Amino acid sequence: MLSLDAIRAQFPALTQKVYGKPLIYLDNAATTQTPIDVLVACREYKEKSNANPHRGAHYLGVQATTLYENARNKVAKFINAASSQEVIFTKNATEALNLVAYSYGMSKISQDEEIVLCISEHHSNLVPWQMVAKAKGAKLRYLYLADDYTLSWSEVEKVITEKTALVAIAQMSNVLGTVYPLKDVISYAHEKGAVVVVDGAQSVPHLQTDVQALDADFFAFSGHKMYGPMGIGVLYGKREHLEAMPPFLRGGEMVEYVEEQVTTFNELPYKFEAGTPNVEGAVGLAAAIDFLEKISLEDVKAYEDGLTSYALGKLQEVPYLKIYGALDAKGRGPVISFSLEGCHPHDVATIVDSDGIALRAGHHCAQPLMRYLGAPATSRISFALYNTKDEIDACVASLKGVRRWLGHGS
Amino acid sequence: MDLSALYTELILEHSQKSEHKRQLKTSTCSERGHNPSCGDDITIELLVEDGKIVDAAFTGSGCAISQASTSMMIDLIKGRSAEEAQTLANIFLGMIKREISSEAELELLEEAIAFQNVSNMPARVKCAVLAWHTLTEAMKEL
Ligand SMILES: Cc1ncc(COP(=O)(O)O)c(C=O)c1O
Ligand SMILES: [Zn+2]
Repeated sequence: MLSLDAIRAQFPALTQKVYGKPLIYLDNAATTQTPIDVLVACREYKEKSNANPHRGAHYLGVQATTLYENARNKVAKFINAASSQEVIFTKNATEALNLVAYSYGMSKISQDEEIVLCISEHHSNLVPWQMVAKAKGAKLRYLYLADDYTLSWSEVEKVITEKTALVAIAQMSNVLGTVYPLKDVISYAHEKGAVVVVDGAQSVPHLQTDVQALDADFFAFSGHKMYGPMGIGVLYGKREHLEAMPPFLRGGEMVEYVEEQVTTFNELPYKFEAGTPNVEGAVGLAAAIDFLEKISLEDVKAYEDGLTSYALGKLQEVPYLKIYGALDAKGRGPVISFSLEGCHPHDVATIVDSDGIALRAGHHCAQPLMRYLGAPATSRISFALYNTKDEIDACVASLKGVRRWLGHGS
Repeated sequence: MDLSALYTELILEHSQKSEHKRQLKTSTCSERGHNPSCGDDITIELLVEDGKIVDAAFTGSGCAISQASTSMMIDLIKGRSAEEAQTLANIFLGMIKREISSEAELELLEEAIAFQNVSNMPARVKCAVLAWHTLTEAMKEL
């Protein structure tokens, strides 16, 4: 693994001060900061290769097309897709999940079938399925969690049944940090005849992704949570599903022949990429993958596990602090939610912000989970490969002062 | 950022223990307001007789800023006419949006002037204004 200093030196955003204090950025589950390689790749594309891809046979048009398709190939290899035709570029994970809901969900799910979600789903893997269930007369069912915030096998067997048409579940919860045993869940769901949509938005930056080993039918993620730019995301889908699905958006690029009354559609993946795509974003995402692979996801995981373990220990020493999530770094990712008794998370965020520490407060776009936990909101810290134990210490010290600021004495 | 200008003793007092946090036995109108980004969720009840707010209270939960702002607002509007209350709400909202800065007008807000600093904190503006928007909505029912 590269040295921590060398890694941090690649992130210009980390060198800044806020309110005169060094920035401590612990909101990585919301979005990560961007390394120089990614910034340079995006800028170089704009300076040297900018053109509309797949249109026009001129020099720059070919350059842009090549860069865009190279990025697709890189993503396909990164997640181990069988073919780059199974990789569709979207705007973000949310759009990727909506694509599956609108195209697959609205055409393949029928009345009285069941859609199974986990109670910890992010709204972007929940609200689209509510729409499908309502439109199709299907039933939404939830996998609830055990007291230790894990998914028990008995719950899986109880909720996923022959009636299940589709299971939509995140690989890692953006609130609890729990990593779900998706390989087993997917194989069980397949036995029951269901397809599985995986929301990989949180897991991709931390775990090696292998969509074939996982046997996921669909897999969605965002570039901006894995050191890439905003505005680029990915939907992976098994070819057999994508071939059989109607287009999501219609327009240029996704067509073959357009007659006055009818249109035939382009082959995969273009059938699902209507309009001019975000080439700059795809190029940046490819650079982010190069960045991650240079360090190796194995090393990233080992390092981040160390941070998580350290932080879990330190946070438990903070009086009046309650962690929502497993207390052991095993089986969870570097996302830790907590509450401080008597302190609203929004006040917690404001107070630590004054020390230059960025954390997230609120419902984290997972309102059903918050209701299930009985907490209207929590505070959340989340790590990336550039965070340090010193930063965790500073955060813990700042948290220890919060109750005093709010007039609680200690 | 100066935290002590935000979490003043006065604001903390109101946020922790407000005599107005209760339910009215009878009310003329009530309105629920929430702030999805923060999770603040309050319900304001008014008892209005002959155009005068004779009683007011709130329930709900939220951050210190939203709770204190609601409590101080009720302090201010109790005993006043609905019209006066609306004028005060407009001044408060104008203060936070930095559209009103005349000392004379701001002084009408009495203790609630303590929230003036929030106008420099975009992340907390919604918390401070929630009660006043909710009040405005509630009074539309009158
Ligand atoms: C688990 C999970 N799914 C989906 C999303 C949505 O990602 P985006 O907003 O990039 O579409 C997020 C990010 O907030 C997330 O944490
Ligand atoms: Zn608030």
